[in-house]
Amino acid sequence: MYKYDNYDQQMVDDRVAEFKNQVQRRLAGEITEDQFKPLRLMNGLYLQLHAYMLRVAIPYGTLNSEQMKMLGHIARKYDRGYGHFTTRQNIQYNWINLEQCPDLLDDLASVEMHAIQTSGNCIRNISSDQYAGAAADEIADPRPWAELLRQWSSFHPEFAYLPRKFKIAVIAAPEDRAAMRLHDIGIELVEQNGELGARVFVGGGMGRTPMIAPQINPFVKADDLLSYVEACLRVYNRYGRRDNKYKARIKILIHEMGADEYRDQVEAEFAHVKTLGIDPPRAELERITEFFAPPAFSSDAEADLDRSDPDFAVWIDQNVKAHKQDGYAIVNISLKPVDGIPGDASADQIDAMADIALKYSFDELRVTHAQNIVLPHVAKRDLHAVWRALRDAKLADANLDLISDIIACPGLDYCSLANARSIPVAQKIAKRFESLERQRDLGELKLKISGCINACGHHHAGHIGILGVDRKGVENYQLTFGGSGAEDVSIGKIIGPGFDEDGVVDAVEKATDVYKALREDGERFLDTYRRVGVEPFKEAIYAK
Amino acid sequence: MKLLTGNELESGLVIWWTGDGWSHQVEDAADVGEGGEAILAAEEGARRVNAAYLVEAEDGLPIHIKERVRAAGPTVRADLAINPAITVEKG
Repeated sequence: MYKYDNYDQQMVDDRVAEFKNQVQRRLAGEITEDQFKPLRLMNGLYLQLHAYMLRVAIPYGTLNSEQMKMLGHIARKYDRGYGHFTTRQNIQYNWINLEQCPDLLDDLASVEMHAIQTSGNCIRNISSDQYAGAAADEIADPRPWAELLRQWSSFHPEFAYLPRKFKIAVIAAPEDRAAMRLHDIGIELVEQNGELGARVFVGGGMGRTPMIAPQINPFVKADDLLSYVEACLRVYNRYGRRDNKYKARIKILIHEMGADEYRDQVEAEFAHVKTLGIDPPRAELERITEFFAPPAFSSDAEADLDRSDPDFAVWIDQNVKAHKQDGYAIVNISLKPVDGIPGDASADQIDAMADIALKYSFDELRVTHAQNIVLPHVAKRDLHAVWRALRDAKLADANLDLISDIIACPGLDYCSLANARSIPVAQKIAKRFESLERQRDLGELKLKISGCINACGHHHAGHIGILGVDRKGVENYQLTFGGSGAEDVSIGKIIGPGFDEDGVVDAVEKATDVYKALREDGERFLDTYRRVGVEPFKEAIYAK
Repeated sequence: MKLLTGNELESGLVIWWTGDGWSHQVEDAADVGEGGEAILAAEEGARRVNAAYLVEAEDGLPIHIKERVRAAGPTVRADLAINPAITVEKG
């Protein structure tokens, strides 16, 4: 993992001291809320439905055990005993006291963490593949590039006041586990004639105007990548709209300007930027890369798994994925128990995950955009012990990528922007499909719920998406089918009139019945939907 | 009927104007009638409330579901409920 140097630490410490002073001035009445609001937002502190909410950055979703422990400590000391892992691979706390917030940030800084640039019209937390450094299909480790982008974008003076927020994802495998093309910039590391470079996609996103990022450049040399991304941002910063919040994202600019014109503008800007020497010297990139060297894998980690315990066997089949290193596996920890809240973990559970990672996963954890946790490097001989430890912490649900592994935004239970509740709908669907046997029979089915058009719950990318809306003061839920955030990326389409809370659960069940009746061998729900179209589903769902 | 609500400056918790102060319980809220704006300005100026605004209410409870959730607390965490007796859905 990357370790802060003195410069990194000083930047964070200085910001905490600055914010401490700002909080004191606000509490003393020396500045108004209008003056204070942009300052607290720059430090990730929102005023939400019930209280202040703090969003903590987890760069590319990577944590060590000490950092994870700190997240548990914060949940316990400063919040109400839990945290919420988000679709941006971050964590949010829902009940933060303003006066205590600087102390909290001090605690975070002590483990090289912060909440900077988790709000505002700046470059947000860089996201990446949760299997980075472990995936068998990656052509390079994306984390050094994500870290490079983190350093470049942190306090970047030119990009502190963009027209709108800006999200970047970096992956390095053909399987897209990070919804890369639904980001403002999606970077896929690729090789061409033995040289490392990147396919660059710009102008994707969800929200009220979902768009899939078009490819802007099929191959940017690795040595040019930072300059190229800088050029992409500069063109956006110059031409992006600032007069209308709803048209200010880069996806709108590229849609209106056209991808070809945008590409030409970027190329012209790149020619200039390249003369500025932004790209790091090779030695610096190598210094960063060394932090992500593979751990000291053991040569005797292989094991014949005893699958006699059926619960363990199911968990292995569902939640454990192939590792590129013989004898090792990637363990997915589901934060989606039936009756639970998607993405929530108690302080005790956070501690347990930290302890397990320290003992069994080379001190590493990852947060996924699907609001789960990954132990990236577990020896196969340790899998049973890991499963037992997770089971003791109520973290051994074997439902990864199944219908109950639901992404859900906080919705109207917590969020001041939401129009409808998301979590109760997720809970009712999980309850309806409680039988794991039934879920596994349905196979991969990504269901995602947003409580408003801002789409924090990624409903556009759901095989089944649910969007909560306010219909004359009453919660109503629209269904979308056919979305995907993976390499077969697509935007879901609304299938028809909306439903109340119970009605949308019934509709989802009817859709799965249609899928079961029509599926062909090996087809997922998404595949069947794409083959047969929406009509058979609509007929069943809206039948009188 | 109109209620005045906002958040405590220090804690950020939801509070309701009672007529002579603030309460975390919506059942303590007073109908501010047409005088809400003046109270709001005075209370924000004195830093006794943050981000205050007026909401429509009937029978002592806000009409809009968002405000009812604010009054009730998260509906998915009974242990964190402010007032479990409040029904978020109207009618």
